[in-house]
Amino acid sequence: MEIKSMHFKARAAAQLANAGLQANLKKVKGKFVDKRRDAIADFCAQGGDFEALREAGEDLRDRVLADLDLWLEKFEANATARGATVLWAKDGAEACRLIVDIAKQHDVKKATKSKSMLSEEAGLNQALEAAGIQPVETDLGEYILQINDNEAPSHIIAPVVHKSKEEIADLFARVHKKPRLTDIGEMTREAREVLRSHFLSADMGISGGNFLVAETGSVALVTNEGNGRMVTTVPKVHVVITGIEKVIPTLEDLSLMLRLLIRSATGQPISNYVSLLTGTKGEGDFDGPEHLYYVLVDNGRSNLLAGEFNAMLRCIRCGACMNHCPVYQAVGGHAYGWVYPGPMGSVLTPLFTGMKNALDLPHAATLCNQCGVVCPVKIPLPELLRKLREKQVEKNLRPLGERLALKAWAWVAARPALYHLGTRFAVRYLKWLAGGKQSIPVLGVAPEWTVGRDFPAPQGKTFRELYAQAKKS
Amino acid sequence: MNDSRELILGRIRERLGRSEANAPAAGAVIDATLAARAPGPRPPAEVAPQSLLAAFRARSEALASTVDEVATLADVPRAIAAYLAERQLAPRAVCVPDLAGLDWRGAGIEVEARAAVDRDLVGITGCFRAIAETGTLMLCSGPASPATVSLLPETHIAVATAPTIIAGMEEAWAAARAVFGQLPRSVNFISGPSRTGDIEQTIVLGAHGPYRVHIVIVRG
Repeated sequence: MEIKSMHFKARAAAQLANAGLQANLKKVKGKFVDKRRDAIADFCAQGGDFEALREAGEDLRDRVLADLDLWLEKFEANATARGATVLWAKDGAEACRLIVDIAKQHDVKKATKSKSMLSEEAGLNQALEAAGIQPVETDLGEYILQINDNEAPSHIIAPVVHKSKEEIADLFARVHKKPRLTDIGEMTREAREVLRSHFLSADMGISGGNFLVAETGSVALVTNEGNGRMVTTVPKVHVVITGIEKVIPTLEDLSLMLRLLIRSATGQPISNYVSLLTGTKGEGDFDGPEHLYYVLVDNGRSNLLAGEFNAMLRCIRCGACMNHCPVYQAVGGHAYGWVYPGPMGSVLTPLFTGMKNALDLPHAATLCNQCGVVCPVKIPLPELLRKLREKQVEKNLRPLGERLALKAWAWVAARPALYHLGTRFAVRYLKWLAGGKQSIPVLGVAPEWTVGRDFPAPQGKTFRELYAQAKKS
Repeated sequence: MNDSRELILGRIRERLGRSEANAPAAGAVIDATLAARAPGPRPPAEVAPQSLLAAFRARSEALASTVDEVATLADVPRAIAAYLAERQLAPRAVCVPDLAGLDWRGAGIEVEARAAVDRDLVGITGCFRAIAETGTLMLCSGPASPATVSLLPETHIAVATAPTIIAGMEEAWAAARAVFGQLPRSVNFISGPSRTGDIEQTIVLGAHGPYRVHIVIVRG
């Protein structure tokens, strides 16, 4: 996907001024938060301990990452033994090449897809189209975006959270060429009928993978709509595109991760469908793919291993961090300008696409740690955002004005007499700006700071003056 | 096998500081993890058969499934016929070959044992295990239980015998290992009708899979 994260400030400002988007965000605000809270309360009422689950999830993901090479080899061996072909892609472009080649080899004309954020990273739909293969998104949200000129998703599990039903009704009437429906149930039925014919006529199914189970060489898919089942049951070829970090050791570990993931994501005790798929169609089987491929994609992930950002690789893509983020809730997902929005996106985007492309994202956070406390695998998101800010300074990526200002401040702060003089002047200047009032409506040297708030006026004397006074008496 | 395999694994090994010296110990940890299959934290498991059944039933109903109970397997066709009549659904269904031997005709239902196709409106399946913790059906695909029967029709009816109701997913894995040795091609955990909340977070039942899931529990 094209990176637009460098324009975060402008995009965020546009989204804040977009009355339609703000109304849509307001309508769904808090729904995910409430559902997650209720699901955890229900789990605790069953006698479960969600904090113990989070700790176990963190520990499990860390153990896998510490021996990732061996776990991947184990997965590969067991998947291959069941008839799957395991392919590796260093980046998104290679993943696209591999999948287009697979499609050509099997004479594929149409591929149905269940949701995969990694396929968005890679720009897979565009690559398939360029090769003359029709990709059909089948998750209702992703389908809506695809028929709206391949619009980008704004949330990793609720891709059209930014759209109202009225907008979708207009889109359906235009694209399906049918009378405009406004009942959400009827609209869903109409999309079901359109997509059903695609499910039955596709030659290839493409899915992501929520987890890869090393013990059995299986992929686990978590869906509610049933589209994940459709694309992996009907077509003769199934391709799984997934990140190299998604592996877990055993089926018991899968139970643990499902208990965590689904409650954190949609606030359900379990999603409607969890499919565990292993190998190709067996002898005597009525259904299932004859050919199964795994495309394991790196695309920047291995660079994070065993480094300062290793914890980010624990991420299981639940979306809880964005659901709880005050910044995401205000600006929506599109402002972030790439595949992943919210706190996890603000960490991943600069790490995957380059620091320079996403300078504002690590700053688009209040570091309130709402994301950190809800993360099912305890990723310290605020800490990682702070580290990214530090990196920007180390690599001289901050704007010249900011760098000069900090240098000047450091020079002054290292000279106590000068600093003392400076603060005395600053305090008097601010008092003069306040004109005897408690607050300053427009800050003279940095007017941007007071656009949405007042600056408190200094009261009394400086700390140094008070300290000197106290010492005298 | 492509070149990127070595490139990616090489990069991972370098980042992890993998060496010939530390590989055997790490390999042993992996083998031990796979052998131990240690379960994570979980809610206390129900064990008594009656409380398993009650918990499964309550959880299933909370997920918008409907549940019926009958005394013996022979009672199943009549119970399903009554369900279909009550919903004003035609007494015609596709069923998994596993259940072909029941007296469907005697109950007035026209049943074909095969994989499902698009026009099938009712699909009848068995159930490998039923999970009380979440009200979840575990279906395993195979020649006698095609996966399409629980997926394509608008109404999915599952027959579960009481002894197959277990506490949690951990017991389900143990049963699958014991019965199949290796996992069937597809294991589907089904928890109520297919649903979506993509438009304005409003839940709609019947997204791509069934609109209705009805579970008939055989007590005997």
